[in-house]
Amino acid sequence: MDNIAGRKSGLVWATNIAVFVIVVAWLIPTVGLFVSSFRDRDQISASGWWVAPFSVELTYRTRADAVPTEDGNLFILEGNLFESEEVRDRFTGGASTIAAFGLRGREPGAFPAGEEVPNNDGGTIIVHEDGAYIYTSNEPFDGPPRVYFTADTPPDFTLDNYRNVLTADNMDRAFINTLTVTIPATIIPILIAAFAAYALAWMEFPGRGLLIAAVVGLLVVPLQLALVPLLNLHNQIGIGQSFVGIWLAHTGFGLPLAIYLLRNYMVGLPRDIIESAKVDGATDFQIFTKIVLPLSFPALASFAIFQFLWTWNDLLVAKVFLPSAGDAQVMTVKIADDLLGSRGGDWGILATAAFVSIAVPLVVFFSMQRFLVRGLLAGSVK
Amino acid sequence: MSPIIQGIITIIVGVGGCVGYFYFANLFLDKVLFPARGPNTGRNINRANMIRPWLFLFPAIFALSLYLVYPVIGSFIRSLYDRAGTEFIGPGNYIRLFNNPDFRQAFFNNILWVIVVPASTTFMGLLIAQLTDRLRWGGFAKSLIFMPMAISFVGASLIWKFVYAQDADIGIINAIRGNFGAEAIDPLQIPFWNNFLLMVILIWIQTGFAMVILSAALRGIPEETIEAAIIDGANPFQLFFKIKVPQIMGTIVVVWTTVTILVLKVFDIVYTMTGGNYGTEILPSFMMDFMFRDDGQATAVAFVIMLVVLPVMIWNILQARKEMR
Repeated sequence: MDNIAGRKSGLVWATNIAVFVIVVAWLIPTVGLFVSSFRDRDQISASGWWVAPFSVELTYRTRADAVPTEDGNLFILEGNLFESEEVRDRFTGGASTIAAFGLRGREPGAFPAGEEVPNNDGGTIIVHEDGAYIYTSNEPFDGPPRVYFTADTPPDFTLDNYRNVLTADNMDRAFINTLTVTIPATIIPILIAAFAAYALAWMEFPGRGLLIAAVVGLLVVPLQLALVPLLNLHNQIGIGQSFVGIWLAHTGFGLPLAIYLLRNYMVGLPRDIIESAKVDGATDFQIFTKIVLPLSFPALASFAIFQFLWTWNDLLVAKVFLPSAGDAQVMTVKIADDLLGSRGGDWGILATAAFVSIAVPLVVFFSMQRFLVRGLLAGSVK
Repeated sequence: MSPIIQGIITIIVGVGGCVGYFYFANLFLDKVLFPARGPNTGRNINRANMIRPWLFLFPAIFALSLYLVYPVIGSFIRSLYDRAGTEFIGPGNYIRLFNNPDFRQAFFNNILWVIVVPASTTFMGLLIAQLTDRLRWGGFAKSLIFMPMAISFVGASLIWKFVYAQDADIGIINAIRGNFGAEAIDPLQIPFWNNFLLMVILIWIQTGFAMVILSAALRGIPEETIEAAIIDGANPFQLFFKIKVPQIMGTIVVVWTTVTILVLKVFDIVYTMTGGNYGTEILPSFMMDFMFRDDGQATAVAFVIMLVVLPVMIWNILQARKEMR
């Protein structure tokens, strides 16, 4: 095939490289999010995710808390900064080196490692690259003195962000809320649409063409139109902003696509099967439940995936039809309104929250891609 | 009651109710209303068969009318009333909108979106579909490019925040600029061009969709036409632009319109990335500014969106009718 397509090998190479470049470009943003969600907060702000596997120069604050010794009238603290209590947990690997140190928070790296400089107590301090320090003073210490230093820190991949997001930030509740919204909002429209699609595909009645045209037209009605009138209606009949309301809304909004996809599929089923069933005395109800429904499984599955992804990822409908209070928030609302506002600068938390919210759709997507593609094609390619 | 239990009950009630409705209504029609026995058997069967389609269609028609047809009319009527919904002010809301510079900005930006996003998406989709067509790892590549389709607009916006961030240690764009010695900027605050940076996000999401459909269309092109062109000495570019593209023009148009409709609905990206600041407002996000505050103007904006979609809708219906004939 390669040869009759008239391709030169150079072109094949160019194609391979071009596709590779495009795929990488497409993946970079997502990979960045994924990597960031596992990084320690300080590391995220100190170096880009693309250098995450390398060590980072971070600034630390600690105390020279060795046991003081006396040499004549000189008081001496001698120990290792890496072993001081405040930062001990951060340096368990032992491969770190100190680049610089300082005595004031404003200049944490004022002096290079290995230099002996005067300290605030009238003595001197020296900090070596391996963390060893000698701090001298003419008077007894009234507490371990502050020391700042910058050190190369090995990469720190943790699950802390996930722990934070899932416990402290109420994301677990939002996750359950999203599930609660999604599942009924996926199942109910399928059922209603399947019957309607069968009627539109295989039953003869006046006005059928008009109805199909109406469904096609309704496919493109912007959701925005529905928000105000329906919220008012829900308030009047007592549903208000609640899960029941959002289930109904998603059902209504999903129906045109469901009917359209299912009808397109059902029309394509072989006429012989359905007609011979009719000749054998099957009623429409029997034909539908025993023949058409099982045969339409691929179309049902592909719509189910669409509707699932759409309701899971929806922000607009959830913002309008669910109460804005904390315990009814779905994940998209939680991220967009809550976390981006209050945790705007905490990139680790944001990345993790985003990843938690896209994990389920990604699993569904990769495991059911076949049906998704089939559904897309049924809907668009004639 | 916990929402999970409520959800389970709803599934049972909803699903059971639907199944019950269809089953018992059908039974009622056949056994009670028009039984297929007695003196009028034939007439009864015919009557039952006339009513049955409507039985099947009723729930769908009811839901569609309530959730999609009624809102179009309801929104339009509401947009003619003032903020409280008590006083009829005719086109007052529309006049106020068109005098509002923010609305004009949103409208202008929306037109940019409607032009740029579908065009770029279709172009990228077609390009990738063609490039991956005969590639051995084409399926794998396509599935990776298709992946953003599964990601929510909010999630995608957060993903791109990591690309656009001003901090050169977070935003990859500023990191690259930093390598060339340029100063860190906030890309989302560059007037006018920031709109395009937001569009990139939607293009990133939608290209997979375009690619999947166009790639199926490319596969559907009759092999003979391609072979004939090659024998006549067409080079690969002529082959693509003069033989393949004209044959899948119909599909290209479908993809184009589908993305156009989507563009007019998406408010999440602007809402999450800039909140409509720095001159990036578009109509759907502009509407959300009024939602819950001034229903009159909110519905007016919604109706303007509807008017923009209307030509696409009519075209869609005409296409569907043409196919059914």
